[in-house]
Amino acid sequence: MMRVNFTVNGRQQEADDVWEGESLLYVLRERMGLPGSKNACEQGECGSCTVRLDGVPVCSCLVAAGQVEGRDVVTVEGLADFARQRDEHGGCASGACGTSLQDARQWQARPSGGAAGSPTGEGGGASPRAALSPIQQAFIDAGAVQCGFCTPGLLVAADEMLEKNPQPTDADIREALSGNLCRCTGYEKILDAVRLAAARQDRAPQEGVV
Amino acid sequence: MGTTGAPTKITQGSQTKGGIGESTLRPDGTLKVTGEFAYSSDMWHEDMLWGQTLRSTVAHAEIVSIDTAEALAMDGVYAVMTYDDLPAPMKNYGLEIQDTPVLAHGKVRHHGEPVAIVAADHPETARRAAAKIRIEYKELPLITDEASATAPDAVLVHEGRDDHHIGHVPHPNIVHRQPIIRGDAAEAAEKADVIVTGEYTFGMQDQAFLGPESGLAVPSEDGGVELYVATQWLHSDLKQIAPVLGLPEEKVRMTLSGVGGAFGGREDISMQIHACLLALRTGKPVKIVYNRFESFFGHVHRHPAKLHYEHGATRDGKLTHMKCKIVLDGGAYASASPAVVGNAASLSVGPYVIDDVDIEAIALYSNNPPCGAMRGFGAVQACFAYEAQMDKLAAKLGMDPVELRQLNAMEQGTLLPTGQRVDSPAPVAEILRRVKARPLPPERQWESSEGADVRQLPGGLSNTTHGEGVVRGVGYAVGIKNVGFSEGFDDYSTAKVRMQVINGEPVATVHTAMAEVGQGGVTVHAQIARTELGVTQVTIHPADTQVGSAGSTSASRQTYVTGGAVKNSCELVREKVLEIGRRKFGSYHPAWATAELVLEGGKVVTDGGEVLGDLVDVLEDESVEIEAEWRHRPTVAFDLVTGQGDGHVQYSFAAHRAVVEVDTELGLVKVIELACAQDVGKALNPLSVVGQIQGGTTQGLGVAVMEEIIVDPRTAKVRNPSFTDYLIPTILDTPTIPVDVLELADDHAPYGLRGIGEAPTLSSTPAVLAAIRNATGLELNKTPVRPEHLTGM
Repeated sequence: MMRVNFTVNGRQQEADDVWEGESLLYVLRERMGLPGSKNACEQGECGSCTVRLDGVPVCSCLVAAGQVEGRDVVTVEGLADFARQRDEHGGCASGACGTSLQDARQWQARPSGGAAGSPTGEGGGASPRAALSPIQQAFIDAGAVQCGFCTPGLLVAADEMLEKNPQPTDADIREALSGNLCRCTGYEKILDAVRLAAARQDRAPQEGVV
Repeated sequence: MGTTGAPTKITQGSQTKGGIGESTLRPDGTLKVTGEFAYSSDMWHEDMLWGQTLRSTVAHAEIVSIDTAEALAMDGVYAVMTYDDLPAPMKNYGLEIQDTPVLAHGKVRHHGEPVAIVAADHPETARRAAAKIRIEYKELPLITDEASATAPDAVLVHEGRDDHHIGHVPHPNIVHRQPIIRGDAAEAAEKADVIVTGEYTFGMQDQAFLGPESGLAVPSEDGGVELYVATQWLHSDLKQIAPVLGLPEEKVRMTLSGVGGAFGGREDISMQIHACLLALRTGKPVKIVYNRFESFFGHVHRHPAKLHYEHGATRDGKLTHMKCKIVLDGGAYASASPAVVGNAASLSVGPYVIDDVDIEAIALYSNNPPCGAMRGFGAVQACFAYEAQMDKLAAKLGMDPVELRQLNAMEQGTLLPTGQRVDSPAPVAEILRRVKARPLPPERQWESSEGADVRQLPGGLSNTTHGEGVVRGVGYAVGIKNVGFSEGFDDYSTAKVRMQVINGEPVATVHTAMAEVGQGGVTVHAQIARTELGVTQVTIHPADTQVGSAGSTSASRQTYVTGGAVKNSCELVREKVLEIGRRKFGSYHPAWATAELVLEGGKVVTDGGEVLGDLVDVLEDESVEIEAEWRHRPTVAFDLVTGQGDGHVQYSFAAHRAVVEVDTELGLVKVIELACAQDVGKALNPLSVVGQIQGGTTQGLGVAVMEEIIVDPRTAKVRNPSFTDYLIPTILDTPTIPVDVLELADDHAPYGLRGIGEAPTLSSTPAVLAAIRNATGLELNKTPVRPEHLTGM
């Protein structure tokens, strides 16, 4: 048994009575009350449990809990805040993501944007949930979510790719997301979603100019 | 503290109308992208225990002894249960035949059969305790194929069968047999100028839904149990669970948890009964979550099949006759095998006009893993074979393969081999024309100004070729799938719809037991309520057993049947609302009595567009609620000798064109485009219709080139139960999938819609196979195609 101290979604956390064999995924899901990261294979094949560890996307099922001592984790639950902070604080929400200021400034958290034209008002209006990151909103708008089990991992992976490569080609997107299995969509609408998020973030700075 | 992760109502607002026909976003979309959507594996309860299943390590054996003492003695273990601990006289379950033991009794019949269950305070403790249970097996001879199943001295997988199929099967190791005889195939064969035959083998496919089997059972004070679970059909589960627990159905209260995909794999019971047993035994909440390894043993798979086909045609390409025998391996327990046999037989001719047929389909009992429902359900295996036959025939006739298909394509009015008339649009020739007319991707599409982009080539970043040895192939296929439960099944659904004013706005609440497994049924229900009731706010109540059955989320049926039920209940609610309106306001305007009235934009409106009143004023504080069942047209069982009968409700048609690049030296295949055209009758939600077609297409692609559960024929053990060894398509394996949607209304169905989920899974596989044959000139009679099949190694 051990105690692990680490930061999750910007908050200092302490996990007690952790078994040596427990994974970061188990600690997040069962001890931190953060079940957003999904367990679909537990051997690093499906990517459903993808989180950022000091900025780097990892399969949290393959990270031993003890390895995260003193480190910084971002999960899907913190993705919207992470994207907003990246936008507000010059590009590096985690302090380790290595994105240039200029790249990061292309991000515009647009809490009510993107939703206005949606036929159901998803994410729009004054709801606190309106604060989705651009990639989250794009997944909804493009129909990239069906059962949704792969979605958290794909969002974390896609968000990281767009951070590094704001204008990806289709081949770039496919390569970056090739570690994330989806069984429902045939991936086409996931590609649509990433293209949509990239297009919106590309457009956002100009829209900001009055 | 109560249960964490229990589903709550989802209310979806709407800024525009959001009714049927509009691409409407999912009401659960925000929850799913923020990680807040609670799947069955996310459930949590204070003091909950973790359940673990111990499964057989051999495929067919007597159980000589079970010793649980060491496991029970472990710290943190609360219960260990075997067959002897089952509380009720009923100890088996099953969809149609109750042949599946909750826990093995004296014998195991397949690798991975549940033998014991454990509850402990940590999942790892439960796993270790299960590993300490000692079981002594005495192995029995294996039944692994048709020959061993039907040999004169064959061991019986199930002794003393007394189910309703035993009377008409030729051997007790055959679950069900369905022949279809129409015309005289032998006589018609004499008119044939060419005859082609083929033997085809279809591998065992796994649904590979991403969210493993899981759920939480919470014992309740009245001695009953609450079960939160991911399933495809709550009420079917309930009917199988309650008797084994020795409880009346009303004491087993089921709620649908978040479901991470299904594709047929959740039609059967998995952990439901085990979790309830442990919860009732320990008096504590028990959660069971399978890992991926266990998931491969925890649900049935798609039947592997051997298919023998003979087709004849005249010189000008008219089909003369078809004979086929389809042998499906059902594995150790019946599951949905009888219905899969019915589908395979009745759809074995494909979407073609053939008057003279001699068809036989059977499913075996064997010691292989149990097989049952998977997207396409018997029609998939047949389509793979008859489409290969069409290409063979076209080659022999020197005809274009699409032309041959179009020449023989069924249409509205065609008589099927079962004698049933196709009484709605059947645009088979047209969907083929559409995929063929689409421009082809450019030749040598991998070439760029900077040389070959290896990502567009077979082998990808492994950098195995820059185009040397790469040959393009193009292939076509088309298929027919039935929609809804067939063969006389009472395939109804139930919807409870309420309308009331909340915060000054009319709100509709839709409550059904429909399992939302990702398909988007909840979106469609809200759309239907908006269209029928003229509201913008619709609340979708969690699916549970407090409302009548919705039937299964399978057979492409939910939009048709539960959609039909929601429409019907909305119409009944609307009538009541209008009655209230007439009572209150009828004297103010004659149109209340004389005009056709609809509800639109929160108002009562005449068909001429005149607004008669606001729903808020009509309803005030009244609430109108209706729960009603709804049924589609009845069907009948197929005759057991001739196969005749109006057995199906509706048909669904899709066609594909596959374009592949094959590295003929290494046997690597890259599918670069998989175009689909499908008639959907009416696209209630065009966005999700296209998503379903693309997803179904990709599962067919998986079977074509990568997916197969490998069962060792000497041991009947599964050799690849992991995502490392059982491969499903990644985003790199999946090509662009352009979709052409036709909307030819079926006048018998709500809004003219057609069930759509399965048809694209049929034709995708044979189209890819045809394209690889086109590139290589090889026969390729087996799925999946592996490199060694292409290089002859």
